[in-house]
Amino acid sequence: MSSGGFFEVPSDLQNSWWGLVGWQVELTLVPVLCGLVIALPIALLCRRFGWVYPPVLGVATVFYAIPSLAFFVFLIDYFGESSVTVGIPLTVYSLVVLVPAIVDGMRSVAEDTRAAAEAMGFGTLRRYVQVELPIAVPAVIAGLRVATVSSVSLVSVGMLIGNEGALGNLLSDALNYHRPLLAWDAVLSIAVIGVLLDALLVLARRLLTPWARKATAK
Amino acid sequence: MIVIDAVTKRYPDGTTAVDRLTLEIPDGSITVLVGPSGCGKTTTLRMINRMVEPTEGRVLLDGRDIREAPVNALRRSMGYVIQHAGLFPHRTVVDNIATVPRLNGADKRAARRRALELMERVGLDAAFAKRYPYQLSGGQQQRVGVARALAADPPVLLMDEPFSAVDPIVRKGLQDELLRIQADLGKTVVFVTHDIDEAIKLGDMVAVLREGGRLAQYAPPAQLLSAPADEFVEDFLGVDRGIRHLSFFGTDTLELTTEPIVTEDATAEQFGAAAVPETPYVLVTDAAGRPRGWADAAVRASGPLDGPDGELLPYGHAFTVGRDSLRAALDSAVLSPTGWAVAVDEEGRAVGVVAQESIAAAIRGAHRAGVLR
Repeated sequence: MSSGGFFEVPSDLQNSWWGLVGWQVELTLVPVLCGLVIALPIALLCRRFGWVYPPVLGVATVFYAIPSLAFFVFLIDYFGESSVTVGIPLTVYSLVVLVPAIVDGMRSVAEDTRAAAEAMGFGTLRRYVQVELPIAVPAVIAGLRVATVSSVSLVSVGMLIGNEGALGNLLSDALNYHRPLLAWDAVLSIAVIGVLLDALLVLARRLLTPWARKATAK
Repeated sequence: MIVIDAVTKRYPDGTTAVDRLTLEIPDGSITVLVGPSGCGKTTTLRMINRMVEPTEGRVLLDGRDIREAPVNALRRSMGYVIQHAGLFPHRTVVDNIATVPRLNGADKRAARRRALELMERVGLDAAFAKRYPYQLSGGQQQRVGVARALAADPPVLLMDEPFSAVDPIVRKGLQDELLRIQADLGKTVVFVTHDIDEAIKLGDMVAVLREGGRLAQYAPPAQLLSAPADEFVEDFLGVDRGIRHLSFFGTDTLELTTEPIVTEDATAEQFGAAAVPETPYVLVTDAAGRPRGWADAAVRASGPLDGPDGELLPYGHAFTVGRDSLRAALDSAVLSPTGWAVAVDEEGRAVGVVAQESIAAAIRGAHRAGVLR
């Protein structure tokens, strides 16, 4: 049996290298997108009722302080050794980053612009959705970048939950089979995926905010 | 008509922004609220579209309390322009202008067509339509702001220091544009400024407010200048209100003389013949009649000359008969080293000259007639 090349994945993982990459991306992005979908209404509530924001921020920070491993172990009782168990903590961590990003982005809209919207007869919700949220897009994407990069590395911890760690599973195989190259494979692949996903988000911001070209070029 | 009826605005911390203010704002004209900072002028304006609710009193629009209508419907019936334009940075120029028609349910194509019409009206090239606000200068942004306020054709236009943040030349252009648009559209404009010159230039009626939101005087600008109600208004108008008042009088009462005017190819004899006893100078024009400058008639009459003697004295600036005011005529005479003002027609041809003394006589005449008090 050959000791295997860089991209040769041991058969016990039941996946090709590309398969692991796809899985890694899925485990990374699904929680971030769930986080975004949940964060939007929470952020709108915080924007509408200012007093909601500090307690929400407090609760979120407490969640963020829970070590991911403890979180996983706790959730195994409910969801077993599954990708849901891995996904829930990552979703929560994304929320913690995204809610303040959206709220602060919406608050940063220039006073003149907000006053103009009010004076032109925008209702409150309409003003949030049609004026403040679009103007907050660069801030929201900045939050998505942080959430995505932290998510992509945290996914690998899932290897401890019955091999639910995508590329992270290579790390346990590196130990089991004494193949340090597999560890290098995991680390480098995850890093490259992180950089690529980040680049995609930057590209998305450019496409979504042609009106901010000057500001982002600074 | 907008009636501000005994309106008071007090804030919870005890400050009074507006104090029992009563104003009748006539339809189809520009009413300016002017005063130092802290006089409650912006607060007053914002009570008209309910961005601020009065503590006491009420605001009536065409006889009805504005609180009877849904607030957003009220606001969509009033255009609003603010200091830094407050454009939506994420929308193109055309979509910024189309905002209120879109809010009112117009379809996108109709709203954009309307927006393009308005760009033309405010003097913006259609090439700007697809640009974003950051790509425009301050003056252009403000034009977009005015177009956006006019887009739904509201009967009322509220303007809160709209031209304060642009440089003086751009500001003058925007003011002239506003007067031109107003002459066409006849909106009920309420205009807030801290600049008394702007108030006098634009206002059909001017309300001077003082600190604490009290009304000091409400009058047409000419009356404000001729009869300030008290020391505060007088101070606020500044030391040259007499001179500024002259801008409300035409130059048709001035007695122009054409005698001391010659063309530049005139002979020595013609120079001599043109001289009048009141001044040693004659005005030299080019062949088309446009003023070139003043020459000493005696020197020119004594024979052909060259060197410094042949140079003309500058005439400062001319005033246009029928368009410019007595103030412009006086300014022209004061600027001219000979003490004579040059009057031109619309084509820029000299139609006469007039001495400072004659202008002073015309001002005295206006005093006697009681129009200047």
